[in-house]
Amino acid sequence: MSTELFQFAPGREGYYGEFGGAFVPEILHETLAELRAAFDDARDDPAFWREYVDVMVTYSCRPTPVTYCENLTRLLGGARIYVKREDLNHTGAHKVNNVMGQGLLVRRMGKRRVIAETGAGQHGVATATMAARLGLACTIYMGEDDIARQRPNVFWMEQLGADVVAVTDGTRTLKDAINACLRDWAESMADTHYVLGTVCGPHPFPRMVTYFQSIIGQEARAQMLRITGALPRRVYACVGGGSNASGIFAGFLDDASVELVGVEAGGKGVDTEQHAARLAGGRGCPGVAQGYKSVFLQNREGLMHDTCSVAAGLDYIGVGPILAHLHAQGRVRFEAATDAEVVEALRLVIRREGLMPALESAHAFVTALKEAPHLSGADAILVNQSGRADKDIFTVAEALGDERWKRFLREKAAR
Amino acid sequence: MTRVDAAGLERDVRDGLAKKPILLMTHLVVGYPSLDANWTMLEAMDAARVDLVELQLPFSEPIADGPWFVKANQEAIRAGTSWTTYFDFAARAVSRFRFPVLFMGYYNSVFRMGGERFCARLAAAGMRGFIVADLPPEEAADLNATARAHALDPILLMTPANSTERLREIGRQASGFVYCLGRKGVTGKQTDLSQGVADFLGRCRMATSLPLALGFGIRTPADVSALRGLADIAIVGTACLETWEARGPDAYREFVQALARETAA
Repeated sequence: MSTELFQFAPGREGYYGEFGGAFVPEILHETLAELRAAFDDARDDPAFWREYVDVMVTYSCRPTPVTYCENLTRLLGGARIYVKREDLNHTGAHKVNNVMGQGLLVRRMGKRRVIAETGAGQHGVATATMAARLGLACTIYMGEDDIARQRPNVFWMEQLGADVVAVTDGTRTLKDAINACLRDWAESMADTHYVLGTVCGPHPFPRMVTYFQSIIGQEARAQMLRITGALPRRVYACVGGGSNASGIFAGFLDDASVELVGVEAGGKGVDTEQHAARLAGGRGCPGVAQGYKSVFLQNREGLMHDTCSVAAGLDYIGVGPILAHLHAQGRVRFEAATDAEVVEALRLVIRREGLMPALESAHAFVTALKEAPHLSGADAILVNQSGRADKDIFTVAEALGDERWKRFLREKAAR
Repeated sequence: MTRVDAAGLERDVRDGLAKKPILLMTHLVVGYPSLDANWTMLEAMDAARVDLVELQLPFSEPIADGPWFVKANQEAIRAGTSWTTYFDFAARAVSRFRFPVLFMGYYNSVFRMGGERFCARLAAAGMRGFIVADLPPEEAADLNATARAHALDPILLMTPANSTERLREIGRQASGFVYCLGRKGVTGKQTDLSQGVADFLGRCRMATSLPLALGFGIRTPADVSALRGLADIAIVGTACLETWEARGPDAYREFVQALARETAA
């Protein structure tokens, strides 16, 4: 991974260009210092990364394969399309990479309880799974509206032994769950670690989560070289907070020939008020919230906007500071995919390849499939399928507007 | 302890402490439940001879606040409380009442406004200083320098979780007085004053010669009384709002009076 990103100038620790930092209430200062020390110590210990990889191999299907999409390639007639299969991870998404890594760190720090926010529920399920496996107490904060949208994930978190707390303030979604975690942590930090699920929040979280997720990019780069004999021309990933994108991009940052493309949630359209595109379309502006400086969807006086996306995991006001910096540097290009485009891409990928990308991951497919025909057959492109759709059947069936499914639910409920 | 060169807010606090053993600072979120209600609250504070008042500018992500103030922030935003609303209200309060008025809020508001403009607007409204809940001292150097050029005091926080070294670093940058947190967590829960608060305030005294205010979990007149001899200022926020919400303006007036009575010589 590009190491110069993490060569902080004196007094600028945790900054990536103008973004990053650690803007937390003073009560959390020592806790973050403790976490930075523990993470630095683990990173300097070669045995730690080996232990991490071993856990991922034996517990979560790593390395995940790269799949060649022959049918889509033939249909679109341009670049050869490859897919990195993070959907095959245990718990169904890339989230487990970060969570197991932080779990090992929690064990090193000797804490006995973890807390986490969750939007779609993926990160909550992954954290509850890790807590069950490592014998930790676990509390998951989830917006009241998200709980209503994602009951199956709540069911699994509770089966895994987690205490799921409904967050009733703000917009009752992901950002409010993060606020609730920061408030819990401000009181519980002596024995509790906050397993932040994405590359946002105060330093060292953006760096630490990128570090664990970089396993995606490290594998993918070697796999592409092995399978195609060359690096891909472009790599596509969806971007909510940005953890799966940061993970896969990390493998290619030093390869100037590889264009990195992040795809944000265009919702009902970037020209409407209902989307979550911070960078693509230039609707976001610099701000400081939830512990970090980045680009946020906010009004002129710094109050955060409501965001909107068919994919709960992308429905978020901010974007990881490292990604905001790479955008400012021109290293990562950002595009947006609308809900309607996502549904169409999802249908196509399911029917043509038998792949079931999560609604979040389908955003990356939208842009990849749009651009593939404009490239040549000599080019390969790589799409990160960060999660799988089948476990979100309620949401996906709703997005696809499947009438027979709706009837099934009504009948089931009536019984 | 008294510094002969005390100026600004510190001098106000020292003058107050010459007359009584402890001062009282109260708080409200501008725009909640309404500007009219806020004005009635200020009148109650004035009548009770409250010594200092914090006016909170609402923010959509108030991570240091507990449920009562989270709701207040949210409702104030929904009611359309803008920067202009806030500063107009603050200027009215400064010109009408004798207590020093402080800004309280979150850094994004300051960042969006720009440090220079923020300080200029505070000074123009006649406010005396500011508390920014999520701005660590290492990020505050420029803002604090700008503040001093406008004769404003940046109020820094010390917490029971801080190391001695960190308390010293905060002490070096602080001015006016120091806002000490009675316990971990967010605003609005009870603090057990028998446990560790004296030790903590002792550690703060070692780190600064400024007056010490204690907040977070100070909820009753008995709590204020218990802080006499320990802290220089008692801060009561959530308990006032709860009283207003549960029992209305008259009870609020009586509650603030009862708090203030415990600060008398």
